[in-house]
Amino acid sequence: MNRFCVAALLLMSCFVMPAAAVIETYEFSNEELEQRYQDLSAELRCPKCQNQNIADSNAPIAQDLRKRLYQQLEGGASDGEILDYMVARYGEFVLYRPRFSGATAVLWLAPVLLLLAAIVLALLVLRRRKDSGERTGGELSVAEQQRLHTLLDESESGS
Amino acid sequence: MGPRLKLFIPLILFVVLALFLLRGLELDPREMPSALIDRPLPEFTLPSLGSDTLVNRDAVIGEVALFNVWATWCVSCRVEHPYLNQLTQQGVPIYGVNYKDEDQDALRWLQELGNPYRLNIVDADGSLGLDLGVYGAPETYLVDAGGVIRYRHVGVVDERVWRDILQPIYQELLEERAP
Amino acid sequence: MIPEIGHYALINALCLAVILAVLPAWGAWRRNTTAMSLAPGLAVGQLVFVAISFACLAAAFLQDDFTVKVVASNSNSLLPPMYKFSALWGNHEGSLLLWALILCFWTTAVALLSPQLPMQVLSRVLSVMGGIAVGFLSFSLFTSNPFERLLPGSPVDGSDLNPLLQDPGLIIHPPLLYMGYVGFSVAFAFAIAALLGGRLDASWARWSRPWTNVAWAFLTLGIMLGSWWAYYELGWGGWWFWDPVENASFMPWLAGTALIHSLAATEKRGLFKSWTVLLAIFAFSLSLLGTFLVRSGVLTSVHAFATDPARGMFILLFLAIVVGGSLILYALRAPAVSSRVSFAWVSRESLLLFNNVVFLVATLTVLFGTLFPLFMDALGQGKYSVGPPYFNAVFVPLMALLAPFMGLGPVSRWKGDTVARWKGELGISAAVAVVCGLTLPLLGADYNLWVALAALLAAWLVLGLVRDAWYRVRGASSLGSGLRRLTPSYCGMLLAHLGFAACVLGVVATSQYNVERDLKMSPGDSETLAGYTFEFVELAPVRGPNFVADEARFRVTKDNELIATLAPQKRRYLASGSVMTEAAIDAGLFRDLFVAMGEPIGSDGAWAIRLHYKPMVRWMWLGAILMGFGGFATALDKRYRRQRRTATASAQGVLHGA
Repeated sequence: MNRFCVAALLLMSCFVMPAAAVIETYEFSNEELEQRYQDLSAELRCPKCQNQNIADSNAPIAQDLRKRLYQQLEGGASDGEILDYMVARYGEFVLYRPRFSGATAVLWLAPVLLLLAAIVLALLVLRRRKDSGERTGGELSVAEQQRLHTLLDESESGS
Repeated sequence: MGPRLKLFIPLILFVVLALFLLRGLELDPREMPSALIDRPLPEFTLPSLGSDTLVNRDAVIGEVALFNVWATWCVSCRVEHPYLNQLTQQGVPIYGVNYKDEDQDALRWLQELGNPYRLNIVDADGSLGLDLGVYGAPETYLVDAGGVIRYRHVGVVDERVWRDILQPIYQELLEERAP
Repeated sequence: MIPEIGHYALINALCLAVILAVLPAWGAWRRNTTAMSLAPGLAVGQLVFVAISFACLAAAFLQDDFTVKVVASNSNSLLPPMYKFSALWGNHEGSLLLWALILCFWTTAVALLSPQLPMQVLSRVLSVMGGIAVGFLSFSLFTSNPFERLLPGSPVDGSDLNPLLQDPGLIIHPPLLYMGYVGFSVAFAFAIAALLGGRLDASWARWSRPWTNVAWAFLTLGIMLGSWWAYYELGWGGWWFWDPVENASFMPWLAGTALIHSLAATEKRGLFKSWTVLLAIFAFSLSLLGTFLVRSGVLTSVHAFATDPARGMFILLFLAIVVGGSLILYALRAPAVSSRVSFAWVSRESLLLFNNVVFLVATLTVLFGTLFPLFMDALGQGKYSVGPPYFNAVFVPLMALLAPFMGLGPVSRWKGDTVARWKGELGISAAVAVVCGLTLPLLGADYNLWVALAALLAAWLVLGLVRDAWYRVRGASSLGSGLRRLTPSYCGMLLAHLGFAACVLGVVATSQYNVERDLKMSPGDSETLAGYTFEFVELAPVRGPNFVADEARFRVTKDNELIATLAPQKRRYLASGSVMTEAAIDAGLFRDLFVAMGEPIGSDGAWAIRLHYKPMVRWMWLGAILMGFGGFATALDKRYRRQRRTATASAQGVLHGA
């Protein structure tokens, strides 16, 4: 029961947080670093919140991570080094852009494979439709014409 | 494949999806295993609470122990504190990581509520916490004799958590060391 | 007393829903006219009882009846009345009642507005919708009763509505969104009825098409409002986060977009019948899946309702019955052999097919990406996150692939067209589009390739459409009579496609040219951003009905000319104590200026201030509004209201159904 209360409290606090937009005023030594800061903080997930990046979250942990991100950028770390640093401490979970690996290969390849499969299927459909089109010249065959007339008559008299 | 059989493909895909969703109901997406499991306790050199000495990693490893991340601003820490006192009495070594806290507040807290910790590492700016992958207090890490993190519990440690989760691992680690 | 009446009415509604689910379907099977003729009455009765129930809950909210649990936990006596009313659907129980109400509304609409529908078909459709109502009403009654009392021990005052939801946008966003979600149940019911009756023909497509278009239009507007709300209310200027809850509404939209195009081919040409039925099932299944994802807690989201595994289990069971059942029916009854309708490589049909390819892949990718963390967790592979970088990386190329073909679609002919004719029709448009792509980005801050591509594609779409419309109108005696030549269907398509072009342009321009600065500012300071000077004039305390706030007053000038005065607030709500950022926005067709307050810095009155310059951000929502209106317009077409189907249509249907 206690645990549930704690969890509920955490949940509440995280839900209310988003509205208190995070605005911090780090002074960067150049604009490129500031841009990288914005990009990276948008791609790192706050480990504790519901579903927010560290740029948007006001949770204490997100503040700490932003501070560390700032320090690392000013310290000259590369993007790769910073991401490795975060993953070593908080796991793959912190990356909103999962890194390509054996486990995530299916995620990154799925759209391409799906698109290829769908295009192949569509082309098969097209080819079949075109064949039948050539056979009947795109028009109704004699038998079909007759059938249409019968049906028309039927429905005329039926309605 | 017959033309009729092809029409069963959506059904099959849905059944697979539904099984995953069913499994998903049992899983807690918020339950996070630590990224540091089976990794060595990070290096640090930080003050020890209530004294002027600095402690480092070597000072706290050597036997199976709990590392409890706590702070006076943390409501749940007060909830688990009495149980930590009990564990110490049972002979379980507990080190404290006083996380982003004021020394004065922390000392007063220990005076009032009892001190279950062998020593407290003062992590005023949360840098050790960050290296440990701490989300917030309280968290409790189980570290083996070789200084390797073996388990992390997020939230309050109470009798049930100790009995069902931590103690079995703790015993296992003790036995690992024995032979 | 009032809540008990509401509870009782809800029970009555469930009873009627059970009868509606069973009796007309039985009547259609046994050809029992009496049983079938009861269906419309049952649908109306069901609506009346759910409406009573809804009104009772609304009364409980408006009268501050804190003995009712949902009122106590989601309202407060200080809350302005309109938010007390909208608080009704700001929680799980109440929003479920809204779901049920809208479902009953759609059911009644189908019952009353379908005089041309054969009785058997209508009975089956209404029975299917009754079955869905049984599921949702029992979900409400058995797991999430909105009328549960807190007696004894009811609080003196309520714990307030989440301040994020205290916003005009959030009054209409959920009803619109649900109108869309639930509206797809009509397309679903028509599909199931057609499978049950074994008649999958052009008339089936014609009946379900206007309903589907209208539902899609509502969903479009609902999603647009949600995005707009996030933009101005969450306080950091974002408008789409690819959060699981957003994806839950976006997936039915994507599938629905594929469906409305596929329905066009089915109605006009009797093509892709099995596929269209599958899409109808798919679109509604995704609505149900969205409900599951939002309310079961299997995924972490910013917007999730308080969750409960019992509820998750109930919806999953319901999902399994509805989706599993309909897919079994589909596998057994859908035509396995495709019709013998033919079309050439170069034709409108093949372009619609391509539309379906793109939207299907988009839907499945969003579905897979959203559920990927769940899959990995279930397989014991660890915790992963899939967020905006992934979805953008997939989605942008797909839309870029779609747009060139989209420009060809509306001008192409059914059955067969020729590349030579395309060249003649669109050659000039293509050339002008290239010029637009090359020149329009020059108006921006710097030349940007993405913006160039977006301008090229948008111009290609717009010019092609405008030229086509012009060719249809010209030659008439006057412009008015020329415009009357355009059918509502055509106008709807025109609006929706123009809306899409506006959306593409807005999304790309605002993402590429957005300027954002976080600054420390004190009263008296000024800062220049993208040519606009923001002057922090003063800080003042203000008081609202249920909050107190610090208000920062800004003067924005450009070339010494006053553009706007902006007053963002930092609010503290009295009941919950929660702190909210209320951004101030000066909206414009070509740019938005956005100011939000962070925290005070130090003690000398300085604040952290966020300034945004967002070019063309409105185009995205204006585009969505155009798309929505386009969807509504198509439903006005006369051919959907003809009392008696023409003999030709019916004969064609039978022929293609063979």
